[in-house]
Amino acid sequence: MHEYSIVQALIDQCEELAVTNKASSITKVVVKIGKYSGVEPHLLQIAFETFKDQTVCKHAEFVMSIQPLVIICSDCQQESVLDQPHYICPACESHSIRVTDGEDMMLMSLEMEA
Amino acid sequence: MCKDCGCSITDHHHDHNDHHHHDHEHGHHHHTHETLHHNPQLNDPKTISVITKILAKNDHEAEHNREHFESHGVLAINMMSSPGSGKTALLEAIADAAPFKFGVIEGDLETSRDADRIRAKGIPAHQIQTGSACHLDAFMVHHALHELPIADLEVCFIENVGNLVCPASYDVGAHLNIVLVSVPEGEDKVEKYPVMFRTADLVLITKCDLLPYIDFDMAHAKAEARKLKPSVDILEVSIKDPKSIQNVIQWITFKKSMRN
Repeated sequence: MHEYSIVQALIDQCEELAVTNKASSITKVVVKIGKYSGVEPHLLQIAFETFKDQTVCKHAEFVMSIQPLVIICSDCQQESVLDQPHYICPACESHSIRVTDGEDMMLMSLEMEA
Repeated sequence: MCKDCGCSITDHHHDHNDHHHHDHEHGHHHHTHETLHHNPQLNDPKTISVITKILAKNDHEAEHNREHFESHGVLAINMMSSPGSGKTALLEAIADAAPFKFGVIEGDLETSRDADRIRAKGIPAHQIQTGSACHLDAFMVHHALHELPIADLEVCFIENVGNLVCPASYDVGAHLNIVLVSVPEGEDKVEKYPVMFRTADLVLITKCDLLPYIDFDMAHAKAEARKLKPSVDILEVSIKDPKSIQNVIQWITFKKSMRN
């Protein structure tokens, strides 16, 4: 259950961005959660709803997009979306691939009020 | 209504000064309505694009830890597995045979039992008690670093909290990850915890002395680990077999020599 720690880091970031942008409250938090980032989206949602009270995100809507695994093959240059975590190019079966998305947790955007 | 961004009609205080973020451009608003402007009920929502990693602060601290290790020529290794896979037992076995000087940062929810076991071998160790946290993060490791005689070390093991899920999401500032899975746990653990095994530079299949008694499909476990990380190294280990411990020590010594 590290989702609580992750939400804590997320809300800390929101607090700082609210100050930087002179906002009094944040109304929407948009995150992108990689399917293989090691986070359970449902638990993340619960953690956010639990922790947002007493913070600048008190009235914020939490919007998550789940990002599938995307790779680019270094041999055939093909970009592929992988359904399974089998890190191989489906086009040419090369192991020489680079993950471009689907393993990170990102804060994408915030909607805030002055 | 502004047709570009859907903001309300009046020209509010959009913050155009922060160039780190891609604020909506509102330079076309020249009209001002002071009365509306000062009405707090008509706050103007503003969307900013951020695009940062949620764990950016942890990652920054992890980078700092790595620099700290490097400035002392120390190779840092993060050891992860479920509880009871034999992380501490492996470190005890390494203590008896390692040609390099090492220290250990121990992470557990409670007790300093693991650090005590390591210290009993004459190895410097610092115990982090995480309370309820199910993983170590870079900040905890940073604090622990100051408790170890790092200038005297060549290798530092960070024995993470026993857990095949949460530690995988946190960069603690190590150079390499070793992930252990013991024979009694079963070979399906690799597929069940892909994010963890994806992080591994070395997978150790431990307690191999139990193979005669337990159905463990070794070939399958290795194949699954390599689907997740084609370049991963895999060693079969038993603390009853000193040769297998030597293999682990050789792997570490080799990796260390590649960083001098």
